Amino acid sequence: MRTYIELAEAGAPNPLLPATAEIIVGSVAFLLLFLVMRSKVVPMFEKAYAERSAAIEGGIARAEVAQAEAKLALEQYTRQLASAQDEAQELREAARAQGAAIVEELRAKAQEEAARITAAAHASIEAERQQAITSLRNEVGALAVELASKIVGEALDDQARQSRIVDRFLDDLEKSK
Amino acid sequence: MRALSVFSAKGDEFVPPSSVDFVLPPIFENIPFITKPILLVLLSVLLVSLFFSLSARKAAVVPSKFQFAGELVYGFVRKDLGQEILGHDFKRFMPYLFSLFTFILTNNIFGIVPFLQFPSFSRISFAYVLGIITFGVFHYVGIRKQGIKKYVKDIMFMPGVPKPVYILLTPIEIATFLVVRPLTLSLRLFANMFAGHLLLMIFILGGEHLLQGAIAMKAVGFFAFGMGIALTFFEFLVQCLQAYIFTLLTALYIAGGLADEH
Repeated sequence: MRTYIELAEAGAPNPLLPATAEIIVGSVAFLLLFLVMRSKVVPMFEKAYAERSAAIEGGIARAEVAQAEAKLALEQYTRQLASAQDEAQELREAARAQGAAIVEELRAKAQEEAARITAAAHASIEAERQQAITSLRNEVGALAVELASKIVGEALDDQARQSRIVDRFLDDLEKSK
Repeated sequence: MRALSVFSAKGDEFVPPSSVDFVLPPIFENIPFITKPILLVLLSVLLVSLFFSLSARKAAVVPSKFQFAGELVYGFVRKDLGQEILGHDFKRFMPYLFSLFTFILTNNIFGIVPFLQFPSFSRISFAYVLGIITFGVFHYVGIRKQGIKKYVKDIMFMPGVPKPVYILLTPIEIATFLVVRPLTLSLRLFANMFAGHLLLMIFILGGEHLLQGAIAMKAVGFFAFGMGIALTFFEFLVQCLQAYIFTLLTALYIAGGLADEH
């Protein structure tokens, strides 16, 4: 180690002047470092970066596809649900209309039947009444003629006369009641 | 760093540190060129190469802690110095920018690493080397991109300037591109490391000297040591900053060459 006096005598070195050995070593050392960085470090880090961003982008793309699919499925279900509801509504409407029609039809049929039965009953009653009246009239007439002829003893052969007599008799009968 | 005995032998006279202290003797008496700064530079290359090669070896998508540490530094240079300044074409220059940043940073930090304690770039030769390489790189990039004719013409006659201004501007531009840029790059780095190391030496060697004096001197000596420690932290900041600035300016010069007009 040089002393201060010795250095002062030698004169302080100019710090701005380069030293050959240092220039050479510095250049070689930096070149070596550069070569290592270029071949081993930077490509590997860039590879990791690229793979990472690819993984992230791939993940995002996959998520987007899944989301789109889910949305599509949801729309489809919604559509199906809506159409099912519509269909159910239509079915209900149809059933209600059909039920009403059936009830109406049945009522009409029943009324018709009732009317028919009533009419038939009326007709048969009328017919029976007419029959009863006719047979009664004939029988009563015959009986009365027979009775009267028996009582009066005269034969009533004339049809018109006979009829008149019977009517008079019946009228009298009703009046006496 | 000088031994205490130097002063003792000279009595009480304090020898302030000077540029002399940056001329270190050869480590082996008979091999003159193996000095501490040279060994430090080689050590830095070894350390940086090993650390980042091992860190980047697997290049896993999900990084280990070790890979993450390497990627942290690489990502910083890549984003702040590469992508943001050089644009889409930045990947081409990443090996150079990253080598530059890690090389300067490591050698600067050697200035405050115990036992090493010497910033390699306080020897100007190393700073010159990097300045000249950057000079070569940014001119090469500019010429490759624009063609030699246009490149030289744009430097000599900056487009969009009134003609009389060229009398002033042309010499300035030529000096800027040929001398000022590489020289200021080298000098800035060198001077910061040189001054920082000198400052630390003054406080620590001075404090050491004062501790041998009277009681009152001892108290001042402790204060000087305290300042030395505080300045060590400050130096750390400067060392990181200078590595950043050197790389940043290199990136800016390259970007200037890549741009159509500068």
